[in-house]
Amino acid sequence: MTDDRNTISCAEFQAKLPELIGSGVDVSTDPHLQSCDLCRALLADLETIAEAARQLFPIVEPPEDLWEHIESALKDESDAVETDKKEDKDDEKKGS
Amino acid sequence: MPSSSLPIQPSDPTSEASDAKIPARAPAAGVGPPTPLIPAQDDTLTRAQNGDHQAFAQLYSLHKRRIYSLCLRMVGNTAEAEDLTQEAFLQLHRKIATFRGDSAFSTWMHRLAINVVLMHLRRKGLALISLDEAMDPTPEEGPGRSFGSPDLNLTGAIDRLALERAVSDLPAGYRLIFVLHDIEGYEHNEIASMLDCSIGNSKSQLHKARLKLRDTLRNSTGQETRK
Repeated sequence: MTDDRNTISCAEFQAKLPELIGSGVDVSTDPHLQSCDLCRALLADLETIAEAARQLFPIVEPPEDLWEHIESALKDESDAVETDKKEDKDDEKKGS
Repeated sequence: MPSSSLPIQPSDPTSEASDAKIPARAPAAGVGPPTPLIPAQDDTLTRAQNGDHQAFAQLYSLHKRRIYSLCLRMVGNTAEAEDLTQEAFLQLHRKIATFRGDSAFSTWMHRLAINVVLMHLRRKGLALISLDEAMDPTPEEGPGRSFGSPDLNLTGAIDRLALERAVSDLPAGYRLIFVLHDIEGYEHNEIASMLDCSIGNSKSQLHKARLKLRDTLRNSTGQETRK
């Protein structure tokens, strides 16, 4: 532990992290980290998680039958629209 | 709704007016940038806009993986992800004629899907995670808890399945921000605009999400070690 550690507590340093991580600021040069293994480990973990998220997640294929469900729903919507149009026409005829 | 809760107020996902909030660039991190429209795709889009069912099917084939993957990450389970993917494409079908090309189609589609998910979460009455919790962490979630013994450092030890599991176990609000920022590549100002919350809230939620992930991953690592 050095004086740096005493000038800013771990809690204070961590409170700054949401603003610092991803801001473009090189957090690793923060004086607190030079003397604090725990916060250095924390920062490394958070950066590792963020980096892993960027790299690890694959594109997933949806179930093959999903398109059939979508087509079916599209047909239902189309039928409903046609029914509405027909009813509107019928109403117009009745009105006239 | 308390001022500190995360409001889920998705804008009309397909109105060009609300698209003004849509990041102009395509979100790219993790899953790669959406495919820009090449001339053949452009033609497909035009035909789909004119009601060509086959062209719409082609658009589905082009975008289904990315949209399904997005939904899956945002909600964390396959059944809901399938329903939301279906709803996203139904919305697309209803609104595709309104796409004017102010942004890349893939970006527009991506944002449409995000808003479908947000609407879904809102309908579920999901307060997501209250920012009360995020801003006023319980003792076990406070900063001090985030310390770990250095021997449990995660660096280099995260595998995809463990991270996927940990992300799916996140509270919905944390997961939402984490997926949008760390996986989909949106910036905090873009997320704040989408969710109608402050940039500070977005940053805070993300930080809490990462801390929770760290705890989860360290615990699972510890369990593996003890086995």
